[in-house]
Amino acid sequence: MTDKKTARHGAPSALDELLSSINKTADELHDKHTAHLVVHHNKVLGSHLVPGLKLDVEEIKDGIRAVIRIEENAVIKNPVQICFGMLPEKGTQKIIMDVGCGRNSKISIIAHCSFPNAIDISHIMEAVINIEDGAEYRYFERHVHGESGGTKVYPKAKVNLKKGARFATEFELVKGRVGLIDIDYETTCGEDSSLEMTARISGYADDIIKINETGHLTGKNSRGFLNSRIAVRDTARAEIFNKLTASAPGARGHVDCKEIVQDKAVASAIPVVEVSHPQARITHEAAIGSVDSKQLQTLMARGLSEKDAVALIIKGLLK
Amino acid sequence: MSKTETILELRDLALKLGGKNILQNINASFESGIVHAVVGPNGAGKSTLASVLMGLPDFRYIEGDILFEGKSIKKLDTDKRAKLGITLGWQEPARFDGISIRDFLKASAKDKAEENLEKALDAVGLSPKNYLNRDCDKTLSGGERKRVEIASILVMEPKLTLLDEPDSGIDVEALDKMFEVMQMLKQKGSSVILITHSLQVLKQSERALLMCHGGIRDSGSSEKISSYFHDKCMPCDLKYAAEQGIPYDR
Repeated sequence: MTDKKTARHGAPSALDELLSSINKTADELHDKHTAHLVVHHNKVLGSHLVPGLKLDVEEIKDGIRAVIRIEENAVIKNPVQICFGMLPEKGTQKIIMDVGCGRNSKISIIAHCSFPNAIDISHIMEAVINIEDGAEYRYFERHVHGESGGTKVYPKAKVNLKKGARFATEFELVKGRVGLIDIDYETTCGEDSSLEMTARISGYADDIIKINETGHLTGKNSRGFLNSRIAVRDTARAEIFNKLTASAPGARGHVDCKEIVQDKAVASAIPVVEVSHPQARITHEAAIGSVDSKQLQTLMARGLSEKDAVALIIKGLLK
Repeated sequence: MSKTETILELRDLALKLGGKNILQNINASFESGIVHAVVGPNGAGKSTLASVLMGLPDFRYIEGDILFEGKSIKKLDTDKRAKLGITLGWQEPARFDGISIRDFLKASAKDKAEENLEKALDAVGLSPKNYLNRDCDKTLSGGERKRVEIASILVMEPKLTLLDEPDSGIDVEALDKMFEVMQMLKQKGSSVILITHSLQVLKQSERALLMCHGGIRDSGSSEKISSYFHDKCMPCDLKYAAEQGIPYDR
């Protein structure tokens, strides 16, 4: 794919509005050393590539099919800025991604997913990610949703890590209501590879948060860390299923889930650890409950109202 | 003593928890601008008294009254009491995942300017450069967390500070810093009430109350209470007398 000019002039365009919803401007995307891709529904509004990064995008009925390749030994210095979004109130956006990181390559992607006006929007992402020997792939997903609760997000990925590969992903809702978030990631880790998956989400009203993350530590000395930080209030629900299996010598993993529940919200956490090699080890920790009373009392004893104290504690949990 | 010199007054204060008398018949006055101590053995009710004064949720339903600057505060929530200028430093301060020391201090501070936060950390012997961006979580040692607790009180500029076992879990150097900070608070016109069973901490005070079994056994100068505490409470004469079946008259 060649560059598609991203700048717009004159009346506000879909590009301007989309970028504005994630607190960015088209001018900010002009840095020639930083790759970017902006997709509205199924249209590519702009893109820019840097050496070592290849991107093929096909526009399909309700989204795009993207093939991303990072060449062997390529180190993409600046995080790639991706914006997937939709401005209308209703519709579906489907992102099908095929990512391949060549041996010893390194890339970091910040994916801004924005649906600021959503009343009934489904955002579906299906990704297959192959990370070759010694390569590193970091994917940070930052969501901006509308306030109606009408956003439904389904990120799904199958990730395969070869020897010494690294994969880290973070999912964070930075603005708006959850609506429905249904994350489904499965990763297989080869020898000396490492996996880190983190989700930070706060839900309220009748939001639903579902996280289903699985890591298989099949390679010798592989590492895995599944980390969830969730806060729910009103009648929101959170169901967290984290599974880590270890079947190789020296494999080490940890599952950590912390959830704060308020009002009539309901949270459940099912950490599953499965070890099938005597030299492997996995630990888990899950804590679900109301706001810690000592933290609350400490902040209130400094003059914060209960509401402000809870907000600060939850902000810390989700940081 | 005139009313204007009394910052805190306890009138017939009593607390029952689970049908048991935890605090009873407590009458005391705390003067403005000096360091007080509430001393007593473990289980005497000292920390409970601090919790009652701060209005913590399980310690609200009291008999009697608590007057702060002449006005009853018994019906006020913890944050309302803090707004009036009362605060509490915990024996084992809470840890906050994801909250930086800067944000923790800012949440407490009357003047939220960066310079003010830095000064407070300097005062407790922590380098602002190394600590402001650190999280106020498990990665801090017990002593570091305690110093941050004191810094958060300094920036709050309270009128009355309750410090529960200020020497607990800290080293000698940190304790000296703690004592310096108490004097700083005093110089700024704040009153301090030390909750302690340590003679070393007790010596930092000017006036003291001796608590035993939920009540006040004696009060007066810290020298007088220190002497009594040392002679009669370490070990406890009452307990010894009861164990030996000896009639005891203090």
